[in-house]
Amino acid sequence: MVVLSVLPISLQQGLAYALVALGIALTFRVLAFPDLTVDGSFPLGGAVAARLIVQGVDPILSTLAALVAGFIAGCLTGILNTRLKINSLLAGILMMTILYSVNLRIMARANIQLLYRPTVFTSMENMDVVRFIPIIIFFFVITVFVKILVDLFLHTEYGMALRATGDNEDMIRSLGVNTDNATIFGLGLSNAMVALSGALVAQDQGFADVGMGIGMIVAGLASIIIGEAIIKPKTVFRLTLAAVAGSVMYRFIISLGLRLGLAPTDLKMATGFMVILALGVPAFKKTREGKDHLRGV
Amino acid sequence: MGEKMLVFEGITKIFNQGTQDEKRALNQIDFDINAGDYITIIGSNGAGKSTLLNVIAGTYPPEEGRLIIDQQDVTKMPDYKMAAYLSRVFQSPTMGTAGKMTIAENLSLAECRGKKRGLKWGVTRARKKRYGELLKVLELGLEDRLNQSVGLLSGGQRQSLTLLMATLSLPKLLLLDEHTAALDPRTAAKVSELTDRMVAENNLTTLMVTHNMKQAIRCGNRMIMLHEGKVQFDIKGKDKESLTVEEVVKRFGAKLKDESLLA
Repeated sequence: MVVLSVLPISLQQGLAYALVALGIALTFRVLAFPDLTVDGSFPLGGAVAARLIVQGVDPILSTLAALVAGFIAGCLTGILNTRLKINSLLAGILMMTILYSVNLRIMARANIQLLYRPTVFTSMENMDVVRFIPIIIFFFVITVFVKILVDLFLHTEYGMALRATGDNEDMIRSLGVNTDNATIFGLGLSNAMVALSGALVAQDQGFADVGMGIGMIVAGLASIIIGEAIIKPKTVFRLTLAAVAGSVMYRFIISLGLRLGLAPTDLKMATGFMVILALGVPAFKKTREGKDHLRGV
Repeated sequence: MGEKMLVFEGITKIFNQGTQDEKRALNQIDFDINAGDYITIIGSNGAGKSTLLNVIAGTYPPEEGRLIIDQQDVTKMPDYKMAAYLSRVFQSPTMGTAGKMTIAENLSLAECRGKKRGLKWGVTRARKKRYGELLKVLELGLEDRLNQSVGLLSGGQRQSLTLLMATLSLPKLLLLDEHTAALDPRTAAKVSELTDRMVAENNLTTLMVTHNMKQAIRCGNRMIMLHEGKVQFDIKGKDKESLTVEEVVKRFGAKLKDESLLA
C-alpha cells in the first residue's frame, strides 16, 4: 500500500527532474566533464521563469527564456574552462556561486510565490481530474521529447563530434573539430535542460526559491547511477533511458524513505551516501568495467 | 609530379624558451617535399622526429620559420584547422580512435575530417554500406562488426582501422608517427604492408617517422635522417633504392663522429 501511495508523487517528481539527470548525463558521461553549474542553473531556470511570470509574461515564453538563460550559464562555465583554462570542477563551482547572487538579483528576493499566477499548468489544473494525472502526462511527454531530441542530436555529425570530444579529445581535434567550442556548446545544452527543469518544477510546486538547486548534482548523479545499474549504458539511447528511468527510481526510493520515516532534513545526506556507495563499490572490486563506468566522476 | 606539397623554411622549434631547460628540438630546418613523395624519417631519441610531425600538424607552433602546404602558408594555423590538409596516425592504437564509439561511427568521424559538421545524420545507410566494403580490404572481418565499439578491437585491428580512417577522405599529406612501433612484429608487418599499399594506391604524399632502420630503407622513395634538430642526411631516388642498413650505419656513424669532433 505504501509503495502504491508514493507512486504518483515519485512519477511526477522523477519525470520533472529527469531533465536534470539528462543534462548531467550529457556532461558527465558524454563529454566526460564534471559540470557543477547545475546547482546554480536549476534555480536560475526557476528564477527567470518566476520573475517573468510575475511581470505578466506568458508562462510558455517565460519557460523558454529560462531555457536560454541556462544555456548561457552553461556556455560561460565552458568558456571559463576552455578559454581561461580554469579547472573544470572549479569553473562549475565558480559559476554556481556567481549564479546564487544572479538568481537573487533576478528574483529581487529569495522566494517568489506563483500561486494564483498563470503557469504552463494552469489549464491542466482546471481539468476535471485529479491534479497529478495531466501533470504526470505533461512531464512524461516533455521528458520523452527531450530524450529523443538528445538521442537524435548525438547521432548527427556534430553530435558525434561532441561524443568524441569526451571520448578521445586529441583524436577528434586531429580530425578538425574545435573541441573547445564543442565543450562550450555541450555545457550550454546540458544546462539549458537543467534550467528548463527548474522552470517547470517552480511552476509545478508554486514557487521559485534561491535554495531550490542545493544538492541537485548529487541527486542527479544518484539518479544516473541507479539507472545505469539497471540499464547498461552501452549506447546513447540506453544512456539517456537510464538517466530518465534512474530519475524516477531515485524519487521513488526517496519518497518511500520519507514515507517510512526518513527525516526530510536527512534527505541530502542519504542521497550522498547512496552516491558514495555506488562509486565506492567498484573501487573495491577494481574491475576494469567499473573504471569505465565511472567516466566523468 | 614535381609540384611542391610541403615546404619548410628555416623552421625552428624551441621548448622551454628562456629557461634552464631550453631545448632546440628543431634548428633551422629547410627542405621541401614533392607531391606523391613517400618519405621516411629516422633518427635517435630526441632527434626531433616527432616534433617535426607535431609542427606540421599544428600541435606545436614553431618559433621561427614558415611552413607552406600546397602553396598556402599554414605556419600559424591551429591544429584542428590543419585537419583540412592532413591526417595522422599515432603510435598508440588507442590514440587514433574513439574507443566508446562504434567502428562505423569512427569511420564517419574520419570521413568528416576538416569539413564542417552539421546536423546531418552521422552514420547513414549509404555510408555504412561503403564502410563495409572498405573494411573488407583489411581482411580482418571488421565489415561484420560495424556496430561494435572500437574498444573491443585488438591493437592491430585498431591501428588498421585508424589507417583506413586516415585515408577515407584523401588528405594532401599523411603523417605516420611510429605507427607500427606499439604492435607485435607480425601485426606490425601487416600494418606496414597495408600502409605501403594504401600510399601507393592513392599516390599519397606521406611522411613516416620510424625507429626501424630496415623499415625506413625499405619504404618510400626518400629518407631523411634527423640529428639534434637538424637534417643530417637526405637521400632519394636511385641512391635510396640501393641503400643498405650497413651503409647507413657506416655513414651515420662517421657523421656522428664528425659532430662530436666539431662539438
